[in-house]
Amino acid sequence: MSAAQASTTGRAPAGGVRWLTLRRRRALLPAIFVAPGLAWLVVFYAIPIVSQLWVSLQTGNPDDGFAQTYNWSVYPDSLSEYHTHLVRSLGYAGLATILCFVIAFPLAYFIAFKAGRWKSIFLLLIILPFFTSMIVRTVAWQTLLADEGFVVSTLRSLGLLNVLGESGRVLATPQAVIAGITYNFLPFMALPLYASLERMDRGLVEAATDLYASRWTAFRKITLPLAAPGIFAGTLLTFIPAIGDYINAQLLGTPQQYMIGNVIQSQYLNVRDYPVAAALSFIVMVIVLVIIVIAARALGTRRLSEAVAA
Amino acid sequence: MQAHTTVVAGAVETADGAGPDIGLYDVTKRFGEQVAVDELTLEIPKGSFFALLGPSGCGKTTTLRMIGGFEEPTSGRIELAGRDVTDVPPHKRDVNTVFQSYALFPHMTVEKNVAFGLERKKVRRDELRRRVGEALELVELGALAKRRPTQMSGGQQQRVALARALVNRPQALLLDEPLGALDLRLRKQLQIQLSHIQREVGITFVHVTHDQEEAMTMADRIAVMRDGRIDQLGSAEELYDQPRTEFVANFLGSSNLIDAALVARQGDVAEFDAGGARVRVPSRLVDGRDGALCVGVRPEKISLRPADAGAQVPDGENSLLGHVTDASFVGVSTHYIVRTDGGHDIQVFAQNAGAGLETLGPGRRVAATWQPEYTFVVAKEAGA
Repeated sequence: MSAAQASTTGRAPAGGVRWLTLRRRRALLPAIFVAPGLAWLVVFYAIPIVSQLWVSLQTGNPDDGFAQTYNWSVYPDSLSEYHTHLVRSLGYAGLATILCFVIAFPLAYFIAFKAGRWKSIFLLLIILPFFTSMIVRTVAWQTLLADEGFVVSTLRSLGLLNVLGESGRVLATPQAVIAGITYNFLPFMALPLYASLERMDRGLVEAATDLYASRWTAFRKITLPLAAPGIFAGTLLTFIPAIGDYINAQLLGTPQQYMIGNVIQSQYLNVRDYPVAAALSFIVMVIVLVIIVIAARALGTRRLSEAVAA
Repeated sequence: MQAHTTVVAGAVETADGAGPDIGLYDVTKRFGEQVAVDELTLEIPKGSFFALLGPSGCGKTTTLRMIGGFEEPTSGRIELAGRDVTDVPPHKRDVNTVFQSYALFPHMTVEKNVAFGLERKKVRRDELRRRVGEALELVELGALAKRRPTQMSGGQQQRVALARALVNRPQALLLDEPLGALDLRLRKQLQIQLSHIQREVGITFVHVTHDQEEAMTMADRIAVMRDGRIDQLGSAEELYDQPRTEFVANFLGSSNLIDAALVARQGDVAEFDAGGARVRVPSRLVDGRDGALCVGVRPEKISLRPADAGAQVPDGENSLLGHVTDASFVGVSTHYIVRTDGGHDIQVFAQNAGAGLETLGPGRRVAATWQPEYTFVVAKEAGA
């Protein structure tokens, strides 16, 4: 009581240091917990985004410098110039995400329900590629897919070279880029799927079959909906980084397969047209955001929060 | 082998002319080296509330899971309503299960959970809605139809599981320790509700439990299982009053068992020598029995009277002389332990009915008496 009086009247209590009541200190606690993360986001996320928007509206050239002119036309201009790269990025990332799902779901299902005591070994095998840098792994794929490399020579000796079309190449094709993205992002799909399947009570499938559901119906009505948070999380974790990826297109493709990430990279580092690079980055960000919102709406916000929790 | 014949005979008696609802014939289930169910033959009559009772690991749940189709028997045959379903998958069997963990679908409302089976059977929408409503009313959960199972208490979830199974009006309902996860008070309440519902819907209930009191309260026939076999099958009264094995005598309630040898048999009465004392039993209890036997009597069937004052043993009653070693007053009754002259400790529960009953303190010489028809004869266990 005396402490409360002291703080409301502004008089320092005898202790001196205890200038806040217990209640006030408790009220401050959440703020103290959130502060470091918030500071991090402001410094490394909010400020860069604002500065990116700022830079995108400037005009000038690298030699004479850039000046702020609020040149909003940079957005329609870069969109019309690079829309093929954007569409290609969406297509490649979308296809790679679907492929990741098709490969990862049976894999995750197997590990969660059938692997038994080998579970940890299989999970380790999924994570293992991360022990090497993504660039090194992609360069390894370059070697594998090269014209005289393992894949092509195997196809040749099997007499299946014609499946590659008239070019007779694997490397430098859209398929190579998509395969590379699929390979690189597979763990991002497999791990959330595994997590959501692993949590599932297998008794539920048994209960469904007890209630006249065939194995397929039980899968459709029980397993799949309960894996939805994992599917959603895996899709976002795969699709979002895939859309901005430029390493796979650069190492496994040609300029014919370049994605929006390659364009942004070259605008920043080679052409040094910072406003166009910034504008394109912004456009990609907005597109991703819109896709997430649509997906979340379709799945319901409850699922979204569950997906985040997973 | 002897247990098998008893089982079949016992079930056929009550089948009211109709064939059994569920039949298991020489069913064996092995998990690797381990034999979970051992050449089990069992017929469950239509409309009965049937309990499979036994300690954990006795094969009762495996038996239930084989009826449901979740486990395939290693050998033997399973019939539902006379049809061989041994190789029929669970979704094509007309039985439903209430699982021990309830296994409610967490992503569906209570209503959707209950409707699941009917939807699979392609029941018309209006009929489906009506039956789901009725099923929820039956378990008194009509008001919570829109809730999700995760927002409900254990007892409510249990009732949803029951409604989800019953709504399909299956040939038989299989209940796997359905009350195991609930606290005592709720369990008692749901026991009564379950028996009530069974009488109302009239379908065969097969109830797996390790709780002898639960089995006796609810079931009209009980199969006591041990080591994958049925030890004895009968009504609660039969099992309690005339257990035929030491295991059944001790698993259902408490028993005083005394090693005994048959010495004489005259008409309706067979006489045993039990550690020096003569114990008479109805002779039908020894028909066809051989090997080592014990005679037994329930603690509450015994009367104690002081033996020092030359008290009279009522004519024709069995009597064991001894002295009280322990007497504890527990309210409704007094529990005595009496050391007989033959060296056995027997338990006696004396009901505290009427006034002026003397508590017989330790050291008192007493006669423990009971009527011959309360005596039962069990096979002595090999290891005991």
